[in-house]
Amino acid sequence: MKHIWTIIDKEWAEVFQHKMVLFTLIFIPLFLVALPVLMLFLTGQSMGGEIAGDFSELPPALLSFCAAEMTPGDCMQVYLINMFMLLFMMIPVIIPVTIAAYSVVGEKTTRSLEPLLATPISTFELLAGKSLAAAIPAILAGWISFGLFLIALPLIGVSAPVMRYIISPTWLLAVLVAGPLMAIAAVNFSLFVSSRVNDPRVAEQISVLLIVPVLAALFAQLAGVIVINLLVMFSFIGGLALVDIGLIYLGVSIFQRETILTRWK
Amino acid sequence: MIETENLTKIFKIKKGVDIPAVVDLTLNVQEGEVFGFLGPNGAGKTTTIRMLTSLIAPTTGTARVCGYPLGESDQDIRRNVGILTENPGMYERLSAFKNLTIYAKLYDVEDVEGQVRKYLQMLGLWERRDDPVGSFSKGMRQKLAICRALLHEPRLLFLDEPTSGLDPEAALLVRSFIEELRSQGRTIFMCTHNLNEADRLCDRIGLFRTHLIEVDTSQNLRVKFFGRKIVIHLRTVDPAWLPQLQALPSVQDISQVESKLVITTEDPENLNPQIIRTLVTAGADVQFVGELRHSLEEIYMQTMGENQPEVTEP
Ligand SMILES: Nc1ncnc2c1ncn2[C@@H]1O[C@H](COP(=O)(O)OP(=O)(O)OP(=O)(O)O)[C@@H](O)[C@H]1O
Ligand SMILES: [Mg+2]
Repeated sequence: MKHIWTIIDKEWAEVFQHKMVLFTLIFIPLFLVALPVLMLFLTGQSMGGEIAGDFSELPPALLSFCAAEMTPGDCMQVYLINMFMLLFMMIPVIIPVTIAAYSVVGEKTTRSLEPLLATPISTFELLAGKSLAAAIPAILAGWISFGLFLIALPLIGVSAPVMRYIISPTWLLAVLVAGPLMAIAAVNFSLFVSSRVNDPRVAEQISVLLIVPVLAALFAQLAGVIVINLLVMFSFIGGLALVDIGLIYLGVSIFQRETILTRWK
Repeated sequence: MIETENLTKIFKIKKGVDIPAVVDLTLNVQEGEVFGFLGPNGAGKTTTIRMLTSLIAPTTGTARVCGYPLGESDQDIRRNVGILTENPGMYERLSAFKNLTIYAKLYDVEDVEGQVRKYLQMLGLWERRDDPVGSFSKGMRQKLAICRALLHEPRLLFLDEPTSGLDPEAALLVRSFIEELRSQGRTIFMCTHNLNEADRLCDRIGLFRTHLIEVDTSQNLRVKFFGRKIVIHLRTVDPAWLPQLQALPSVQDISQVESKLVITTEDPENLNPQIIRTLVTAGADVQFVGELRHSLEEIYMQTMGENQPEVTEP
């Protein structure tokens, strides 16, 4: 098992020297934190008192978010925050995709896979090492972003009921459970894609298609088709877990040493 | 150390198109032997090494490597063999030291730092240990790859073209290093296109092109292909001497090249005195006598010329 750590160590030493990877790892989370904070700040300002006390102007879908102690302004912010939850969930998809794309395709271009596979490392250890090397930074980036978000909100004057809402089970599940599950799905998918293409940028572009379902959910929510509540979140997590198990099973059964050597080249 | 029986690898590139890379290879390499595997480009040498290091599975046939059956104890095989791959395949962005450290750990080496230092020093790369491999010359990478193959002190080493792309001095260093490894009793299976190198380093030579064509020591291959020949340099040659020499027992063939006679025989040790006596009696001025050594290259050309690649269209 210590081989897995050796692989992770190697991947990190190598992959973090790519400017593209570092950029994605730092810029994307910062951007996805700054954007909602900024929008909440602006809406908080503009709604200073105008619609305060007038619940009748809010759309019915929105009302479902409102807890008893919230003002209509709070309600509006909660609605927005719910949209941003999906943005946060993109972090664990985008980052591992970039790392995995560079790590696998990098092995191809330097032909370093053959001596690696000649060592007594098991195929499972190799794939686990590569997956974890991509998934761990992504999961951490997701959590750190959420932490920054939580720190920033009181600073821009978000009210206590809204804060309570954000530290609700739905949100925590999204960040703590759904995020990592999405990272695992993204990693396995991009390992799979990377084994078939020769340019890290192409691998990245194909793998980033994974964001499409997240974006679809975002727009569905914007259009009022779905509302993300605890039930939706549980079903989502359940579905993700199944997808992950399927992808891991597929990965381990497809990738035999010979396939890795001949496909990844 | 290596025993193979009818080892065969057929690549299927797409439906109906098969590339036979190695066919019915039956071979036995003894412990402590340096075995040279020679053949033209595309002969299947690298494929053979890949099968024997359990990187790819043979289509049919069996083999035992270091006593372990291929396909059953692959992890044991990987643990016990070292391989210098055709491409060094180093992590270009990492330092030489880091590269070797990673491999030492993957091979479960006990004293990781000690082994890495030992081989970096041995191959003269210690001063450059902290530089990224991307800044290394081809020869330095090759040396680094040789270090990597040795970190876990394997008893059996596979070397795929160890001196290709090296300047004469570096090639000499690698060759003397291989000799050193041999003197430590390690078994070495090497592919090379440098026939002089094979001649000098290898105990036995396998001539191979998809099929194994010949296996023997280079001396026996010479005798087999060209017989033993002696060359006699004379001041002048009188054609009348030739029939007299031809009449001697065990002379197989005589030819004249300018003022030299080339005589083929199985038994030069006993024949030479008779020949010289005959020539001197006949009045010849003998200047030099020596054995004609055909180069391995001539044997190679002859075998490979006869064995043009078969066109196998299904
Ligand atoms: N992964 C592969 N897929 C399909 N065909 C392959 C594969 N690897 C090798 N071959 C084919 O097998 C044959 C033998 O190749 P191999 O690399 O073993 O030759 P070689 O003797 O090492 O040649 P060289 O001296 O050029 O290194 C070639 O015809 C090659 O095209
Ligand atoms: Mg080769």
